[in-house]
Amino acid sequence: MGAPAISVSQLDHFFGSGEALKQAIFDVNLEVERGKLTILMGPSGSGKTTLLTLMGCLRDVQSGSVLLLGDELREAPETRLVSLRRRLGFIFQAHNLHESLTATQNVLMGLQVHGKGDRTKQRKAARHMLGLVGLSDRLDYLPSSLSGGQKQRVAVARALVSNPEVVFADEPTAALDKESGHTVVKMLKTLGETRGTTTVMVTHDNRILEMADRIITLEEGRVISDEHQT
Amino acid sequence: MNALLERLLGRLPIGWLQLSHNKGRFAAAIAGVAFATLLVLMQLGIQGAMKIGSLMPYSLLNADIIISANDGSTLTDRSNVARARMFQALGVAGVAAGAPAYIGMLEFRQPNGVPTTLQTFGFSVADKAFTTPGVAAKFDQLALENTSLIDTKTRGVDATIFADLEAGTPYPFEVNGQTLTAVDTIKVGGTFAADGTMFISDQTFLRFFGNRTSNAPNHILLKVDEGISPAVVLERLREKFKGQALTIETLDAFAAADLAFQTTERPTGIVFGFGVIMGTIVGIVIVYQVLSTDVANHLREYATFKAMGYDQRFFLGIVTEEAIILAILGYIPGLVASFGLYKVMTMLTSLPVQMDGARIVYVFLGTVIACALSGAIATRRLAAADPADLF
Repeated sequence: MGAPAISVSQLDHFFGSGEALKQAIFDVNLEVERGKLTILMGPSGSGKTTLLTLMGCLRDVQSGSVLLLGDELREAPETRLVSLRRRLGFIFQAHNLHESLTATQNVLMGLQVHGKGDRTKQRKAARHMLGLVGLSDRLDYLPSSLSGGQKQRVAVARALVSNPEVVFADEPTAALDKESGHTVVKMLKTLGETRGTTTVMVTHDNRILEMADRIITLEEGRVISDEHQT
Repeated sequence: MNALLERLLGRLPIGWLQLSHNKGRFAAAIAGVAFATLLVLMQLGIQGAMKIGSLMPYSLLNADIIISANDGSTLTDRSNVARARMFQALGVAGVAAGAPAYIGMLEFRQPNGVPTTLQTFGFSVADKAFTTPGVAAKFDQLALENTSLIDTKTRGVDATIFADLEAGTPYPFEVNGQTLTAVDTIKVGGTFAADGTMFISDQTFLRFFGNRTSNAPNHILLKVDEGISPAVVLERLREKFKGQALTIETLDAFAAADLAFQTTERPTGIVFGFGVIMGTIVGIVIVYQVLSTDVANHLREYATFKAMGYDQRFFLGIVTEEAIILAILGYIPGLVASFGLYKVMTMLTSLPVQMDGARIVYVFLGTVIACALSGAIATRRLAAADPADLF
């Protein structure tokens, strides 16, 4: 077994300051294996999304350590964070599509972050990716003309188009019907099996738990269970 | 447009796509920049009118050197100077000719009772070469007593009077209880000090300004011999009149000093200067508001890009792209509107509110820089925050 994709140790995290200081994460220690689909579960406010954003270098690590793809995130300079983020894929709960870009252009943004490249090839890859998530008939639609599920699928395409090493997904199936949700998770699972892509997913969706390699449950900022599935 | 910008930028033209996506917001942003541009151009136009007005009298004179009393700062606020100085100056090597210049304000009432103030220049007909060719060509008519050349751009005067005058009908009018007859026209324009300009002979001048004498003109104008530098003659004259209460300058330097005084020490100049500064500040605030609102409106999307690995340079690129687009699209209507308002102001006031090429270029560059800096400042929050805090 190679080095873990993510290694978290003695991680604490706080929000606010002074009297309003509130601890959200308490002494979390875990390792995420490469190529596996790991699900973070727990009730609202349990710290799942905070942990996800800390591991995905979307939030400063205040205390403890997070090693992502071998790089320490705590006190990492912005340039290192930028280059690390380019090796990741993010699927946000609110999809966060750019409202003035078409579906294809939104997905292109996932490619152009790596450089200018061949625009025709990039466009072709973006369209292909949208086809894989079932949106080949919505290529030039703006987000405002797409349903919630379609927007989420564009966000998935944007996250996966550049073949990221780790995908962080926050409730990626929340806006999808059962079949679409299943398709997306299956795609992530397949990427893990074929390309070694690691996926860390926050979800409340019980329908997809059976596909996870591992389920970590948090409560009040602490890991209360960590189950590996076969 | 998208394809062209994509080719130019080598990436999706996100700034343009963002701006053009919401037409109403885009129009409001352009209107904001246009208004800011208009504000600055109007203030500069008014200040420019004051500057042109200050220099206008000098543009009617044709001399190399001017000798004046040293107790003032402008063409009209000094004591008189003894005409004897002119004769002394003529004895200095390099001085070719001299002329006394008499300047004063005459007020006449139009038939409708409206008072009109004319800055009046008195020259001997023999000294017509000390006026600009346009004036000199008509100066011989002033050999007749109590005649004048009157400014067709005089503020508030019925245009038919000038039309008749140009058709050959003299226009008599009363000044200080005497009749003065305008026999021909010149084109000068109003200033902040006077409604228009008038030329009369020195003899007529002395008749209308009863307290003045031919021995004490306002200034002495000198021309230097051909081939000799006025600077050399100037030094000789300064040496000659050393220790006397005189200002001896080239006409250009004298005009420049007058302008500097008018713009930095006279209340009107300071007020107009403040107008330009305030207009610029308000313009910058408007532009900043436009750009910072735009950045704030897209903060969530920018945060997503940041999470994907886009760096601060990328966001500065987007904002600069927007800044340039807004600066160009806002500047054009602002410029067009200012041309229109300059015309209206000139029509209403006869002040020389004029656009000049340098102003067009500088205000445009200023608009681009203000837009770009405003956008760059507005992205600071993005640079400082964690992406997760911005979703």
